[in-house]
Amino acid sequence: MALDRDDVENIAHLARLAISDEDIPEYATNLSRIMELVEQMNAVDTADVVPMAHPLEMSQRLRDDEVTETDQRSEFQKNAPATEAGLYLVPKVIE
Amino acid sequence: MDWECVIGLEIHAQLATKSKIFSGASTAYGAEPNTQACAVDLGLPGVLPVLNREVVRMAAKFGLAIGAHVAERSVFARKNYFYPDLPKGYQISQYELPVVEGGHLDIELEDGETRRIGVTRAHLEEDAGKSLHEDFHGMTGVDLNRAGTPLLEIVSEPELCSAREAVAYMKKMHSLVRYLEICDGNMQEGSFRCDANVSVRPKGQKEFGTRAELKNLNSFRFVERAIDFEIERQIAVIEGGGEVVQETRLYDADKGETRPMRSKEEANDYRYFPDPDLLPVELDRGFVEEVRKTLPELPGEKMERFVTHYGLSRYDAGALTASREMGDFYEAVVKASDGDPKLAANWVMGDLSAFLNKHGKEITESPVSAEMLGGMLKRIVDNTISGKIAKDVFEAMWNGEGDADTVIESKGLKQITDTGAIEGIIEQVIADNPKQVEQYRAGKDKVMGFFVGQVMKASKGKANPQQVNELLKAKLG
Repeated sequence: MALDRDDVENIAHLARLAISDEDIPEYATNLSRIMELVEQMNAVDTADVVPMAHPLEMSQRLRDDEVTETDQRSEFQKNAPATEAGLYLVPKVIE
Repeated sequence: MDWECVIGLEIHAQLATKSKIFSGASTAYGAEPNTQACAVDLGLPGVLPVLNREVVRMAAKFGLAIGAHVAERSVFARKNYFYPDLPKGYQISQYELPVVEGGHLDIELEDGETRRIGVTRAHLEEDAGKSLHEDFHGMTGVDLNRAGTPLLEIVSEPELCSAREAVAYMKKMHSLVRYLEICDGNMQEGSFRCDANVSVRPKGQKEFGTRAELKNLNSFRFVERAIDFEIERQIAVIEGGGEVVQETRLYDADKGETRPMRSKEEANDYRYFPDPDLLPVELDRGFVEEVRKTLPELPGEKMERFVTHYGLSRYDAGALTASREMGDFYEAVVKASDGDPKLAANWVMGDLSAFLNKHGKEITESPVSAEMLGGMLKRIVDNTISGKIAKDVFEAMWNGEGDADTVIESKGLKQITDTGAIEGIIEQVIADNPKQVEQYRAGKDKVMGFFVGQVMKASKGKANPQQVNELLKAKLG
């Protein structure tokens, strides 16, 4: 499956990546090659294989339902560009 | 043309844990902004999610209660989209392998019919934070206290055929999660909310029409209104020669309409993939069987028991088992009253419910306890007071004047059952109303009502009504 310029622009937008126009053909070629690899794998009959959800052959550890975190808002908000009344401020998302 | 609609609901039930699904931050409602948002919830670099055991236990409990398959192996996936209240740029959810698959819920319709609604799946996920769009110098404020709160998303099959059915299903689910004590069901605080997928098609057509997803349905009334509005809208669009567009629409409660939402992410392209930070969750049968032992009597089972054990109608039994608290209260009243379950049902659903509604109180906050109400019913059954006087006794108990016996004693409300005393009153009434006596004896039976009224009035309502009737007939006869 070959990806064209529109596909690359769409993927970049979904991932919020700014890419320069002149790089697009190269991305299209490289991504298309990855897709070819996926197609190659798709061709293998995996009907009897349990899909792998994680490379580690282990299962998830569970923790007890206890509150272990304390309020560190003032520390965290030192890293934020803008805060007010305890809120993190971001550029307006609804016009 | 005749149309029919197809509705599927996605219910988000916030699981009643102390800490978040993947972090040890508190889930308590109403804290100061961002004081319960830790490094994991903020999506800071280098942190790892660790799954809360209680969340898994609650999901399994739910699955068992609806007769679903609790998956031996389930997997968390990343749902990718960008929004400021989702700091990581993805929501941890479940996609291909959810923790609960299949199952069903039986709903009672108004015509007395029962319908079985299929549940496709229920999966675990984390909630997002909250964006505040008030004016912060042209910016948006973000509170991440809610980020990482555990949610169980319960997805129904598209098998609901009207707004009323959708509401009946949602109410039944609301009752169930509260019975199971896995969700507090508080809709004002957003602990239980719902999206609806709605489409219409010509009656008899097999293929589904194009659906719209309705969001922001945070009360039973809104669910009904939004769906009804949306059905009418879609029919109007099609009959007007147009086509329904697949989109997300927001319900505006003030205007009573749905309208398209500005798109959160183009074409909902979420690019799910298994979250490499989390290993598959494996539940052995021992764990599931342990959870099964903790299942309480479920609403449907309780209703059946009320019908067979107390001889109640299905309607009454359904009303009394709508919440676990209501059912417990009712049973405590029956116990305290030494019997007559029907009388107890009438009082709990009648006067008690009316007082609770009027004063905006929950049954758990009733100033008249189940023991007090039962004690009063005992006095009706043993003829100490009449049903009519009982209403005054109830009101006095509500106002804190003590239990039934205290109120009856202090207000002198004890019913007069002494035949001699009643006869005395009757004789006086007959002597005072010779004209009516003449009318009665001339065959005007209706005058009887007048005499009963006069005797009851003269006894201040305390004479036993049956005795009054019998004695009056004998005296006037």
